[in-house]
Amino acid sequence: MNSGGMNSRIGYIAFNTFREAVRDRVLYNLIAFALLLSGAAILVGEISIDIERLVVVNLGLTAVSLFGVVIAIFIGIGLVSKEIDKRTLYTVLSRPVRRWEFVVGKFFGLTGTLVVNTFLMAIGVFLALLYVAHKFEKMDVWVLVALYFIVLQFLIVCALALFFSSFSTPLMSAVFSFALFVIGSLAEDLRGFARITHGVGGWVATAIAYLVPNFSALNVISQVAHGDPVPGRLILYNTVYALLYSAMAISGAVLIFQRRNLK
Amino acid sequence: MSATRRVNLVAIAVLFFSMAGAMAALHAIDYLRRGSVAQDALYLRSSKVLRRLSLGYTGLLADIYWTRAVQYFGEQHHAGSRDFRLLAPLLEVTTELDPRLLPAYQFGANFLAPQPPNGAGLPESALSLTKYGIEHNPEQWRLYYNLGFLHYMEFKDYAGAADAFAQGAKLPVTNALMSILAARMAQHAGEFDTARMLWVTTYQSTKDALIRENAVEHLLALQVDEDVTRLEQVAEKYHEQTGRLPASMGDLERAGFIHGTPADPKGRPYKLMPDGRIEAQDPESLYFITKGLPPGAAPPQPRPVVKPDSK
Repeated sequence: MNSGGMNSRIGYIAFNTFREAVRDRVLYNLIAFALLLSGAAILVGEISIDIERLVVVNLGLTAVSLFGVVIAIFIGIGLVSKEIDKRTLYTVLSRPVRRWEFVVGKFFGLTGTLVVNTFLMAIGVFLALLYVAHKFEKMDVWVLVALYFIVLQFLIVCALALFFSSFSTPLMSAVFSFALFVIGSLAEDLRGFARITHGVGGWVATAIAYLVPNFSALNVISQVAHGDPVPGRLILYNTVYALLYSAMAISGAVLIFQRRNLK
Repeated sequence: MSATRRVNLVAIAVLFFSMAGAMAALHAIDYLRRGSVAQDALYLRSSKVLRRLSLGYTGLLADIYWTRAVQYFGEQHHAGSRDFRLLAPLLEVTTELDPRLLPAYQFGANFLAPQPPNGAGLPESALSLTKYGIEHNPEQWRLYYNLGFLHYMEFKDYAGAADAFAQGAKLPVTNALMSILAARMAQHAGEFDTARMLWVTTYQSTKDALIRENAVEHLLALQVDEDVTRLEQVAEKYHEQTGRLPASMGDLERAGFIHGTPADPKGRPYKLMPDGRIEAQDPESLYFITKGLPPGAAPPQPRPVVKPDSK
């Protein structure tokens, strides 16, 4: 099989995953709800004093992040199991499609879906910003950086959801993914705890603290809401980190899925 | 090699490479963001809002904020920084979220009161924090002890210190030294003895190794200050009696003022200077001493090593 064929197979699976997700009614509901929340931000901004922009950025970006994570988890966990339940996986794998191509294609399909979602929600946030501030300001560019970090967050969550779904039931995969999201959001505190723990406990805590995904550094919502800049190096490091962490989880998913008995 | 085996090998290689790379990137992120955890935490300073956001898990949130305060102090202290501006707000949020988090008052006051680089140099904030602690934990004698300690050490306010110790002494569960300290403060009696008693009580009332070590260093420093004061008085008396300054400790011994060669608590003999002053042989090893130093030298401070105790 040549690489062109491989790319087209992955692209085909990714596109189908995207199409299926977009058709999903739950997905539409969540987008509508996120936009509704951005609208609510405007309302809160109107009744607050002098913090309209702050409220819109905080509430808007938080909504984008949380709804995206929920979408990533609930679609991600069903990507493999749904195909097995519907028996469509056997049709796919009976064609010249390798298992790892299936996993990677699913990952790209889901992240593509989330990028489109984020783009739509971002439009909502910027419209809300324009509504309360009547014009865009220079510091609004940092909102774009925060949105980019949110997309990086989704990459990791998608990869994790796919990893768990490669060996676990959808319910347990959702629980694991959500738990890791919560723990990862407190990752910097966790590493702080690890730093002040000594002995064997300290080593174990440090290992855990470095293995859980670091969502803390990817959350700059409060920072950009106050118009504080985000260092260029952080953008670079976060990008490298998110790509490598996702690659790690996807490799794990591929290794497990390769060995899985699908009969 | 079969295709499956090849895929497995590549996947394992990618897994380990990406794991190592992710950890290295995380390390770089941590280095870049050092100190920003506390900064981020304080974007939301209203404890009322935080209470709502915590969905009732205020205890856990307070623990997290307390840990952030400890880390912030530790990092700034370790870096030798004199800027501790986030410390007071972090402690305020912590104690407002959980007013019964006693370590935040006890250690918090210890972080806030001393002058930089050993603390934030905010004795007023330390006082407010301790008073807030007493308001919510009126049965805790240690908080009254902390209050008296601050009044005495930071403000030389004997009346305030006496009042705090006396109130603490009246509690059902208290420390026997509290009433003695109250009496001493009321009389302004024996500076060295009073300070010694305070540091002994500090030593006895905590299990934290760092605080105990700090108390021991202060007790050693007090011993040096007291020795140097006494020896300089002796040298002065010798001068008055003989009309000349003593040339050595031997002169003082032969005149019957001292017995043997006086030494500091670490066993090193004190030096008698030509002008009659007394100096410690290695003042840098005797943290917090205020006497026995070469002219113009600042009191030596311990190395900035912090092993914070979260609770």
